[in-house]
Amino acid sequence: MNAWLTSLQAIVTREALRFLHQRGRFIAALVRPLVWLVVFAAGFRAALGLSIIPPYQTYITYETYIVPGLCGMILLFNGMQSSLSLVYDREMGSMRLLLTAPLPRWWLLLAKLIGSTAISILQAYAFLGIAWLYGIKMPALGYVAALPALAIAGLMLGALGLMLSSFIRQLENFAGVMNFVIFPMFFLSSALYPLWKMAEASILLHRICAANPFTHAVELIRFALYTEANLPALGWTLLATVVFLGLALWGYDPARGMIRRKG
Amino acid sequence: MTRQATNPKALFLAALLSASAGPALAAEIWVTNEKDDTISVIDIDTLEVIRTIPTGERPRGITFSQDYSRVYICASDSDTVQVMDPESGEILHDLPSGEDPEQFILHPDNRRLYIANEDDAITTVVDVETRKVIAQIDVGIEPEGMAVSPDGKIVITTSETTNMAHWIDTETHELFANTLVDARPRHAEFLKDGTELWVSAEIGGTVSVFDVATQQERAKFGFEIRGVHPDRVQPVGFKLTEDEKTAFVALGPSNHLAVVNAETYEVEEYILVGRRVWHMAFSPDKSLLFTTNGVSGDVTVIDVERREAIKTIKVGRFPWGAALRP
Repeated sequence: MNAWLTSLQAIVTREALRFLHQRGRFIAALVRPLVWLVVFAAGFRAALGLSIIPPYQTYITYETYIVPGLCGMILLFNGMQSSLSLVYDREMGSMRLLLTAPLPRWWLLLAKLIGSTAISILQAYAFLGIAWLYGIKMPALGYVAALPALAIAGLMLGALGLMLSSFIRQLENFAGVMNFVIFPMFFLSSALYPLWKMAEASILLHRICAANPFTHAVELIRFALYTEANLPALGWTLLATVVFLGLALWGYDPARGMIRRKG
Repeated sequence: MTRQATNPKALFLAALLSASAGPALAAEIWVTNEKDDTISVIDIDTLEVIRTIPTGERPRGITFSQDYSRVYICASDSDTVQVMDPESGEILHDLPSGEDPEQFILHPDNRRLYIANEDDAITTVVDVETRKVIAQIDVGIEPEGMAVSPDGKIVITTSETTNMAHWIDTETHELFANTLVDARPRHAEFLKDGTELWVSAEIGGTVSVFDVATQQERAKFGFEIRGVHPDRVQPVGFKLTEDEKTAFVALGPSNHLAVVNAETYEVEEYILVGRRVWHMAFSPDKSLLFTTNGVSGDVTVIDVERREAIKTIKVGRFPWGAALRP
């Protein structure tokens, strides 16, 4: 096997092992969206039905509405989690080992991104499975069509995590990421409420939501789950992936990025 | 490819033949729009509105003649029953319906139309061929629901304010029984074998089942939707599946249909549809059910087998009645 693939395999295996050894993390990753689905959505149940917006063909309950958003939530938290683990790796010194491998740095980082995205997707499917058992069923083909959407959204949010990790020096700063990245991204999106509802409250908020790449990631997943392609959402998500990945690579560039700054 | 098919003449002929055979005319659902004074025609294959036809004021009840060459429409605020040619959409003539006709039922003889006159507390019987009133029968206050037994011997009128089902003998045109039901009965239907009569009570929130032979109540069942206030659960229109094992009951402003086991009278499921669901009509094979949702101005399509709402189609304002044109 050539060195590139070996490194990819090694990094993905390491991610998988780390994931398997942290059973608590898997459970936490599932419990979080499930609490939203079972408790939060119950409070906003909308037993009388939500208005029809694409891709829905008829009236839906709130539980049905938030499922794609909660898939997005899993990907978002996982993206951040992997950034947290990178910061940890840096502090422990294992990152130095990784980055000194005789392969381009961008490849090593990309391999890391692929590994963490694969795990995110697995968790999203586990969540969709539980939602199915809970009675929220998508068209059968939707589960297949969602795979590329989850992969792209996962890569985008993973790249965001990678980018952040290149700027965060210490583990303690991660709380800031929670406050200034995860929460605003999640709440200022279409994950929990349709955008037209935001527009009713404030045009500015609506615009922020519409510009939020997480909104597009969620809409991409939402449409895919109903076997429809949302091309604008796809375009924006891909663009955000490229930008975040570019910034992450720049951040990890020893000539310019954090390595030099760290001295 | 065969030689024949490559021959341009043969190709042209084939094209012509297939064009003349054409796609078989798809079945349609005709929906009356109370506020728009129109009928929306939905194509069952594409599930889209393909025609909008103007009618008299406030169209509600709608039914086709047995050969589907005529459609009768209760134009409530025009105080008439309109007779329309479904091909052209033209109003051919009006029938003397009495005031404020809301619902009606066509007798199996295809001639007598029994019309509930909401404001006059009477049921008017009109001969659709001579266009004359044959009889007017005094019933309770605000008559609405109409049903005819499969053998044509009994017609039922339900009166919204008197809270009764009135049993009319179609030979004498006289009432031979009155049975109490819960508050505001709105819709009535016989089973195919004529042994049972079902009546929905909107305010009472129940459906009563009567034994036709004795006119005694056989069963009564109610509804309960989690998260919806009981006052909003108001049964109105309902339909039974082909095997009559399952009934679908529209529950008005609760925005749900109830799926009821017609043998045990137990509610098995609720299906979310549009706002204020009134009446419904089946597709020809009864695999799809179309519900009119008054407030949201749309029609929800139900997959009967899977008991799932598959699509909601925008129609005119305040859709009310629905009828199948195969």
